Amino acid sequence: MRWVRSRSAQGDVRGPGSGGQDMDPIVVENLTKRFGAFVAVDHISFSVKAGEVYGWLGPNGAGKTTTIRMLLGLLKISEGSARVLGYNPSTHAKAMQAQVGYMSQLFTLYNDLTARENIRFYGQAYGLSQDGLKRRQAEIIEMAGLQGRENELTANLSGGWKQRLALGCAIVHKPQVVFLDEPTAGVDPISRRDFWGLIYSMAKKGMTILVTTHYMDEAELCQRVGFISDGRLVALDTPDQLKRTRMHGHVLEISCANTEAAMRALLAARESGQLPLDEVALYGAQIHAVVPDAESYKEPLAGLLASEGIAVHAIEWIAPTLEDVFISSVKPRGE
Amino acid sequence: MATTDEVTISTRGLVKRFKTRTGAVLAVNDVKLKVLRGETFGLIGPDGAGKTTMTRVILGLLTRTAGESSILGYDSMHDTHKIRERVGYIAQQFALPGDLTVLENMHFFANVQGVSRAEQRRRIPDLLEFAGLSNFTGRLGGQLSGGMKKKLALACSLVHEPSVVMLDEPTLGVDPVSRREFWNLLGKLRAEKGLTIFVCTPYMDEAERCNYVGLMHQGKLITTASPGEIKKMVPGRLLEFTPSNFVPAWRLVEKMEGVLEVQTYGAMLHVFVDDVDRRRTEIETALAAQRMTCQGMREIEPRMEEAFISLIRKQRAQ
Repeated sequence: MRWVRSRSAQGDVRGPGSGGQDMDPIVVENLTKRFGAFVAVDHISFSVKAGEVYGWLGPNGAGKTTTIRMLLGLLKISEGSARVLGYNPSTHAKAMQAQVGYMSQLFTLYNDLTARENIRFYGQAYGLSQDGLKRRQAEIIEMAGLQGRENELTANLSGGWKQRLALGCAIVHKPQVVFLDEPTAGVDPISRRDFWGLIYSMAKKGMTILVTTHYMDEAELCQRVGFISDGRLVALDTPDQLKRTRMHGHVLEISCANTEAAMRALLAARESGQLPLDEVALYGAQIHAVVPDAESYKEPLAGLLASEGIAVHAIEWIAPTLEDVFISSVKPRGE
Repeated sequence: MATTDEVTISTRGLVKRFKTRTGAVLAVNDVKLKVLRGETFGLIGPDGAGKTTMTRVILGLLTRTAGESSILGYDSMHDTHKIRERVGYIAQQFALPGDLTVLENMHFFANVQGVSRAEQRRRIPDLLEFAGLSNFTGRLGGQLSGGMKKKLALACSLVHEPSVVMLDEPTLGVDPVSRREFWNLLGKLRAEKGLTIFVCTPYMDEAERCNYVGLMHQGKLITTASPGEIKKMVPGRLLEFTPSNFVPAWRLVEKMEGVLEVQTYGAMLHVFVDDVDRRRTEIETALAAQRMTCQGMREIEPRMEEAFISLIRKQRAQ
């Protein structure tokens, strides 16, 4: 067996499969998945540290779920290597799966079982002892805030409860690594906050978490975020650092008298090439325009609007949102 | 009357009650709402808040229990035909016929809406161009990506040239790139056609795209205001930091003087305070006394999400 050593190994995690060698719980090098001629995952390399909350943001079909399925040993790796807790998922999936948790966007719960029965079901599937299961059941019910609802049918639980129950079931066997694939789709913001509180309390105990998401506010919550597009990892850093380094151009926020007329003028100016506007979008009573450089384009923008008879109140250079940065990073350059 | 001309969607004392096995549920509870012509109005709220029910009552797809509701001056209950003619609607779980092509879907909806052949020939190419679907006219609906399906649904909802569109969570499950594209289309409709857009969404950041936002919670419209005004409704100013010991720090800070509200944010705490400089030092000192550190203490601007959570909590406390 060949071990891939990570440059950033912390030495504080010893995956049982790693034979005592220092290495990050998830290490991926040049991971590739081909379906015929189609490259779903294209030479992706990254590693996740123990206790880290690591997020993946990307459009549908970018390769997020395919990567997770390879890491779980459910899908054959075409090229490159992956180690989860030191195990090679292609050859040691079973041993690895005993120490890995997985929660899919579908919340794979049995609706006709109660919350408690669902936990028991998963515990038994993972081979927990009768005693261990009892203890774990109580822990999970407390962790997920399900006290008082443990005997309710899962079908009758609302989205937020179901989600926390699904997470509880995914970690019933105390895994060291947890994969969460769009875990909060369709859950309200308050429940989502609670859920993220749980994720961080798990990470604090040393669990390593890889989470994929569509929500920008969730991506903001990850310690590091990878942008996935067309099977490739196009950027990887902390959310703050991504905003500082990966945005092409600057965002200007324009406040003016007739927002709709201003929008029409700016769209026309972009169309004709009069101004190099990367994005023009209505945000309520304001317009956001992405320009190559804030300072040198404030004047021309104001001039254009003034020539259309639109009174400009303010043009401000504002910080990009993570979504701005994401859109800017995955857009093909030099069209 | 110029003033009523401007009001496109209006409700007063609107109530929708459902009977269930265990009793009655007030899905819409005494809602007063006004959306002006050309406005983009976002109805924001968690699942189960009553957004879909309210939209359907206004459209006349569900009967109201009490109160008034109208679109373009047409009563939801009595003028449903007029509403159908002038309003476009995308339901939340709306699925286009997957075995029809993009073009066939467009013709199908145009026929349902009674659009003449000649008008169809004029409008459909424009709408497909607008939705970026001109190169996919022959593709089956079922084989479109999630984002393209939503764009096709939007194009179909516009085929009878409505002056109002009501969209129920149109970007649910759609990825960030497609979501951006979809909102850019709505922006064009607002800027170029002056369409009134009523959109339900659970995404807080989409509220920023709207002129006015209604926050809905448990059937009640908690507040209606512009996104900027809503963000100003949070108490005091906002400090963000990562404490070394989360739960004890949270409990400690919550009880401190000048702390108006505490929200959790992953491993961070969001603390609303009356005086940023003063409380910042006090929090640092108090945590240090308990041998706790706080990393990355800084003041941040509250976003829609923080405001929303704060407002709902206040509502729940009442």
